[in-house]
Amino acid sequence: MHDKTFRAPVRTLAAVLLGLALVLIAAPAAMAEEGGGLPHVNVNVHDQGSLQRGARLFMNYCVGCHSLKYLRYSQMASGLGLTEDQVMDNLNFTGAKFGAPIISAMPDADAEKWFGKAPPDLSLEVSAKGADWVAAYLKSFYLDPHTASGWNNTVFPNVAMPFPLWQLQGEQVPVLGKAENGQPAPVESLTLAHPGSMTPAQYDQAVRDLTAFLTYVSTPDELVRSHIGAWVVLYLVLFTLFALVLKKEYWKDVH
Amino acid sequence: MRALTQWFNDRAPGMGEAYKKHMTEYYAPKNFNVMYYFGSLAMLVLVNQIVTGIFLTMFYTPTAAGAFDSVQYIMRDVHWGWLVRYMHVTGASMFFIVIYLHMFRGLMYGSYKKPRELVWLLGMLIFLALMAEAFMGYVLPWGNMSFWGAKVIITLFSAIPVIGEHLVTWIMGSFVPSDPTLNRFFALHVVALPLVLLLLVVLHLGALHEVGSNNPDGVDIKKHKGPDGHALDGIPFHPYYTLKDLVGVGVFLVICAVIIFFAPTVGGFFLEHDNSIPANDLVTPATIKPVWYFSPFYAILRMIPSKGFGVLAMGLSIVVLFLVPWLDRGGVKSIRYRGLSYKIAITIFAIVFLLLAAIGADLTPGWIVAIFGPQADITTIENLFGRILVVLYFGFFIFLWVYTFFGLEKTKPVPERVTTHA
Repeated sequence: MHDKTFRAPVRTLAAVLLGLALVLIAAPAAMAEEGGGLPHVNVNVHDQGSLQRGARLFMNYCVGCHSLKYLRYSQMASGLGLTEDQVMDNLNFTGAKFGAPIISAMPDADAEKWFGKAPPDLSLEVSAKGADWVAAYLKSFYLDPHTASGWNNTVFPNVAMPFPLWQLQGEQVPVLGKAENGQPAPVESLTLAHPGSMTPAQYDQAVRDLTAFLTYVSTPDELVRSHIGAWVVLYLVLFTLFALVLKKEYWKDVH
Repeated sequence: MRALTQWFNDRAPGMGEAYKKHMTEYYAPKNFNVMYYFGSLAMLVLVNQIVTGIFLTMFYTPTAAGAFDSVQYIMRDVHWGWLVRYMHVTGASMFFIVIYLHMFRGLMYGSYKKPRELVWLLGMLIFLALMAEAFMGYVLPWGNMSFWGAKVIITLFSAIPVIGEHLVTWIMGSFVPSDPTLNRFFALHVVALPLVLLLLVVLHLGALHEVGSNNPDGVDIKKHKGPDGHALDGIPFHPYYTLKDLVGVGVFLVICAVIIFFAPTVGGFFLEHDNSIPANDLVTPATIKPVWYFSPFYAILRMIPSKGFGVLAMGLSIVVLFLVPWLDRGGVKSIRYRGLSYKIAITIFAIVFLLLAAIGADLTPGWIVAIFGPQADITTIENLFGRILVVLYFGFFIFLWVYTFFGLEKTKPVPERVTTHA
């Protein structure tokens, strides 16, 4: 006997709960896209060219102060599709061995003296802050005569780091709003006062490459995962279908 | 082969009997629906946690100085280490999803009612042990949220009068979470609590198999037995339910694999962003919140303005679940034949639970801004909304008692035999 009326409330209940659960899951995803007002940076860690360009930027402009202590040069070579010679000749400026981790040459003690704070390791920066944050941060430096370094940042106010990419982006100056209640005037937007060696479009691409590289450094497993994942899911779907056929065969005699 | 079986049975005569009792001659109702998959799935996740956990302990370093580095070592240098860790992390969250659905199934079909009160109590003890296990496991990677989460949760014990402060120091083995805390949590997480969990699972299943499984109709299948002495509506657990559960396992594993391989952090829910920063007692995360599976209970704590009463209410919100078999005096087990008010109440309860989870997970500020605009007073609106939810959470249990104790429920007739089968 199949009495549909008995099952109706259960179905409704299940549908309501499932719907609500989906909303709960979708809502944070939607909020994550907003990223607290940060523009979405479209990085692609499967674009090897982008990763390689990002690595070059990092090794030219960042590694002087920031380490990637959880990544080895050898791992970077395989992740970026480069040979040992290519990495050792073009991306390793500290004389470290191929199997060694990427450590900045700057001693922490000196860094603390110079900047007031040792520059953080960036191995997990994208995992911690998100790719959108990193990209926005790199585009938000502006000249500020009130800080020790002469630079400030709208995404990370009063950051200790002077802007290392200024020759590329150029110099931005703030457009200030009205000062209120004795507070300093808020920065409303930034404009490019002196262009750098790159056009804004080129600089955007450079930031995207650098962010893609740091995304890869945070989760190098992502390159392997997505390739295996499809096969694992396919296998499990087939397994489930076979299990279903077997179950139906056995359950034929249950009435 | 037969000789070998005979040799074995001669020396361990109880084993074959036990196999029959719990598998081939355990007669389960033939009308289990989709809600009945989650018990076996919980077992599967438990096995996954133990097996992947064993491999993680081979490479993990339980010291404040080495823990964070050793997790990255597992993720990057250990072959397939990332897979094992993602399986363990995803397993932890899936464990709670499965257990919450399993518990909700119990509420829907009255599986806690006589004669299954003991099954329910043992299940609740498993839930408690699981929460302790998950909390301590979350501290081990020694990220900044591990540290601050541990500090906040352990400090809750200071709400206990007189001995509170001493208790906190005793649990931590220090004045802040540090090496001694990490070491003892490691011991409890990998040795003590898994043993407790396994023992409780054996007792939970043992108690269930003594009285037999409930079913979506809530009818007692033992009332109608065939000439062979077995329930007419029962079928042997093996092979029928082992094969049916295998299909459930397949679907479940597909979902898990999609998470593990394509979105292992699940947008910062299964793996939190702040835990990618090493523990630092000088840098407090912007919002300290426990992992999502504790968020409903954490919301109850947060919504009560006094710390002491907040802790009390949070404790009560779990204690009250233990009492459900005695709060619900209704004669009808299954939601299918219970009164309309019960159906409405349990639906509201489920929605309240999810909304409390949203508050505990700090999703509500975004919602409030989206609904009321950027000028909205987030704290006031959240507190008002949250306190209504807390009242509704406890209100469900009060309703359940009043509704059934005073005989207000108008039930439908319960059929003699089960009505559906898959």
